[in-house]
Amino acid sequence: MNLGDQLLQYLFTGITIGAIYGMVALGFNIIYSATGIINLAQGEFVMLGGMMMVYLTAIIKLPMVVSFFLSILIVTMIGAAFERAAIHPLKSPSVLTLIIITVAASILFKGGAMFAWGKHTFSLPPFSGEKPISVLGATILPQTLWILGIMGATVALLIFFFGFTLTGKAMRACAANRTAASLVGINVRTMVLLSFALSAGIGATAGIIITPIALMNYDRGTMLAVKGFSVAVLGGLGSNVGAVVAGFIIGIMESLGAGFISSGYKDAIALVVLLLVLFIRPSGLLGSRERAEFKKF
Amino acid sequence: MRKKGKIVVGVVVAIVIVLLLVGPLSIWRWVPMLRKPAVAYKVGAIFAVTGPAAWLGTPERNTAKMIEQEVNKAGGINGHPLEIIIEDTVGDATRTVTAAKKLITKDEVLAIVGPSRSGTTMAVIPIVEEAKVPLVSCAAAESIVVPVKPWVFKTPQKDSDAAVKIYETMRERGISKTAIITATSGFGDQGRKQLKKLAPELEIEIVADETYGPDDTDMTAQLTKIKASEAQAVVNWSIVPGQVIVAKNMRQLGMKIPLFQSHGFGNIKYAQTAGEAGEGIIFPCGRLLAVDTLSDDHPQKEVLAKYKKEYEAKYEEDVSTFGGHAWDGLQLVIAALREVGPDREKIRDYLENTKNFVGTGGIFNFSPEDHSGLTKDAFEMLTVKNGKFVVLE
Amino acid sequence: MGKKNILSLLILAGVILALPLGLGNSYYLNVLVFVGIYSLITIGLSLLMGYTGQISLGHAAFFGLGAYTSGVLSTKFGVSPWLALLAAIFVTGGIAFLIGAPALKLKGHYLAMATLAFGYIVFIVFNQASSLTSGPSGFGQIPRFRLGNFLLRSDVHYYYLVWTLVIVVLLVSLNIIHSRVGRALRSIHEGELTANIMGVNTAKYKIQVFVLSAVYASLAGSLYAHFITFLNPTPFGFHFSIVLVAMVAVGGMASVWGAMIGAALLTLLPEYLRAFQDYDILIYGSILLVIMMFLPQGLFAGILGLIKKER
Repeated sequence: MNLGDQLLQYLFTGITIGAIYGMVALGFNIIYSATGIINLAQGEFVMLGGMMMVYLTAIIKLPMVVSFFLSILIVTMIGAAFERAAIHPLKSPSVLTLIIITVAASILFKGGAMFAWGKHTFSLPPFSGEKPISVLGATILPQTLWILGIMGATVALLIFFFGFTLTGKAMRACAANRTAASLVGINVRTMVLLSFALSAGIGATAGIIITPIALMNYDRGTMLAVKGFSVAVLGGLGSNVGAVVAGFIIGIMESLGAGFISSGYKDAIALVVLLLVLFIRPSGLLGSRERAEFKKF
Repeated sequence: MRKKGKIVVGVVVAIVIVLLLVGPLSIWRWVPMLRKPAVAYKVGAIFAVTGPAAWLGTPERNTAKMIEQEVNKAGGINGHPLEIIIEDTVGDATRTVTAAKKLITKDEVLAIVGPSRSGTTMAVIPIVEEAKVPLVSCAAAESIVVPVKPWVFKTPQKDSDAAVKIYETMRERGISKTAIITATSGFGDQGRKQLKKLAPELEIEIVADETYGPDDTDMTAQLTKIKASEAQAVVNWSIVPGQVIVAKNMRQLGMKIPLFQSHGFGNIKYAQTAGEAGEGIIFPCGRLLAVDTLSDDHPQKEVLAKYKKEYEAKYEEDVSTFGGHAWDGLQLVIAALREVGPDREKIRDYLENTKNFVGTGGIFNFSPEDHSGLTKDAFEMLTVKNGKFVVLE
Repeated sequence: MGKKNILSLLILAGVILALPLGLGNSYYLNVLVFVGIYSLITIGLSLLMGYTGQISLGHAAFFGLGAYTSGVLSTKFGVSPWLALLAAIFVTGGIAFLIGAPALKLKGHYLAMATLAFGYIVFIVFNQASSLTSGPSGFGQIPRFRLGNFLLRSDVHYYYLVWTLVIVVLLVSLNIIHSRVGRALRSIHEGELTANIMGVNTAKYKIQVFVLSAVYASLAGSLYAHFITFLNPTPFGFHFSIVLVAMVAVGGMASVWGAMIGAALLTLLPEYLRAFQDYDILIYGSILLVIMMFLPQGLFAGILGLIKKER
């Protein structure tokens, strides 16, 4: 395999994993924009999505397409329930309190998944077969194309939602200035609920599409949350485009780092870059400087 | 504010009540007639029942419970009921150490079986050595018993033997250059060390040495590097999900060279999860997983068949070699108890002189210089054919 | 320092002295040693998070740096454990300064991410720098502390050592809080911009507290290493950083006493929950959730507050 082929292969790998990080980051962003909360349980939504899909297809034996949408729906409802139970009742909590609450929630989700489905690692059949596709000197799995496609569709839907629907614009208003938003009649509490539900749904989608390649177990959520959070910060908290771009950047950097520098240190490489960006440009690549300053800690 | 206060008080009261019922301050301790009869033989077990090594600890825990029930149904050990006190380490060294202390000083167990993993075992070795309690570990690393420590034994086959078997099989197939890819976990790291140490002795050249994090979801970058090297085979040393993902990634990259796995592959579920990518994987394993293909007069056949049948009937899941390690450890201790009674030192001496003990992992022969008891012949080379484990031809 | 605090310190010292006489076996002392070690970290963390309002999601790294530096120096280089402990403090403090200076310019979630990234990088280094740290398999046979000819090995000895240090650290911390420095710290939490305008050198104070909390964590790390005598990277990862933050949040952020309570609760709780086997993770998460929802200022302040209100 010559250098060019290797490079191409690393690129493909990077894009695949970067798309997943990007989707997790989108989930972080949606909640953060509407509420200022960093939901460290975001990774668990991804895990729940994958596990639920496995459960519906392998145990209940529903057809794939039905299970796909049903899994997303169920996890969306879990996200909404979480918001109602643990976030809604709080009265002006501090950011740290919220972080701990989301951590506690992620522990509970993990525990629940462990009880519901056991500790084994599960796989899903790929959506359209396993035969790798040869592109120039490298190979790509059909599932990767599904991942990119579904991610693209999700981003497009989000752009439409936030840009052209009333509810979406209402959520953006909340993100910009909550007081003003409530003054013009936007029900902020409902927006918060919606943001959690939406995030959960996106997370679940990511979980479902990645399981055929990367497998899924009850423990997977934490690492995904950490990576997703880094990507969200790199792209600039609150910037959806930033999340997608940063996802690819980190995914490709990890891949190239593993290939050319050291597979052991690959995570460190991405993190060091992240730190450098933060020190030089604290609001992230595409984040708004002002937003970073005004968001209360 | 009153209402919130009441809720909080209620929760605190509830917590206090629960704590009074279980745990060290439990009221059972103070009511003698509610205590269990003191004549039971207590054996401690430390397993990673939850947490990242749950795939090890859970079958071990299940096996322990199964044995406890079986022994007590048959009347106990010389009339004494057997009590196996199981502690969960959550795969964490600190909790393992505390668990060991609890078992030794509070529960006053006669021996300890476990822990499940090499790292946690190393952490408790100083404790059992000092407290003079026999420990039969269920972890693979050779460093547990080399150099020999008087109170420490182990039941799984040595990782060094696994590496030797892999290399011997390679030589038989004319392979002389291999790539190794390992996880940065205790298990993977130990495997990597053994693979590198034994390669020159068995005339194998390692042309690529890659690592990945135990939670990584994609190893195509590392495998791409390997594909570009002269490797004629790949040895992967890790556990799930890494070992399955490596197999799948290799298939994705169109790599046709054989994939060798470690003995961490010892559960049919892994082959099933790998699907087509699992076909042709070669790995060393205790004979438990291929018991159906063993001839009837093989010395281990009876023990293996019985364990497999009972475990699968009781827990409705496939048997794995990991539970087998716990079986071996506990049965060794039980045999000792039967012979010499409740004396830690005598149990230790008995274990050290056990010969020809038929276990699931192999036939054990301990000695003062050898606290592992198994040689590389405890391993059988298995391969995956049509989704099943069969002995390699 | 305030009469209440002095009284509390004396009571604590008394309880600590007396406890081993009541508790029969070394299992309980063993657990209390860990409570003490973790308290050292949480006291520092509560100064950082509670008083100056800076969040750190990577404090396990300082704990690990203390443990590894101490362990490696004493095992691989034959340095005496006491000297190794001192060296570890300098190394960890130095690294804290280097990372703190740029990182503390960040705010809110960006700071959280920077500390998280730092913690994770350190963890990776522990795993990868095998020639020094023996990688994921770890290394053992770390020598214990000696006082002259007396080897500190039993749980009782260690218990006294650790808790004496806890009391010293408490003294130091309480002094800081009740001094001009403490008031400056609190002003940073209330409003950094305002504090700056009033002439408080916020950057300097933030870094100082950060380094101090890292030093406490390093001390705890060394104590840990020479107690367990075996080290591998697992206890020093992101998971433990979160546990530390949870301890401070649950116990009470703006209170060193609360920090200790948090450390005690979240260390003792899993021990109690052993009886529940697999369910312990659910119970742990639930308790954490309930406390954060209903007593967000932490147990210490929360319960005190409730008592005051009911009066």
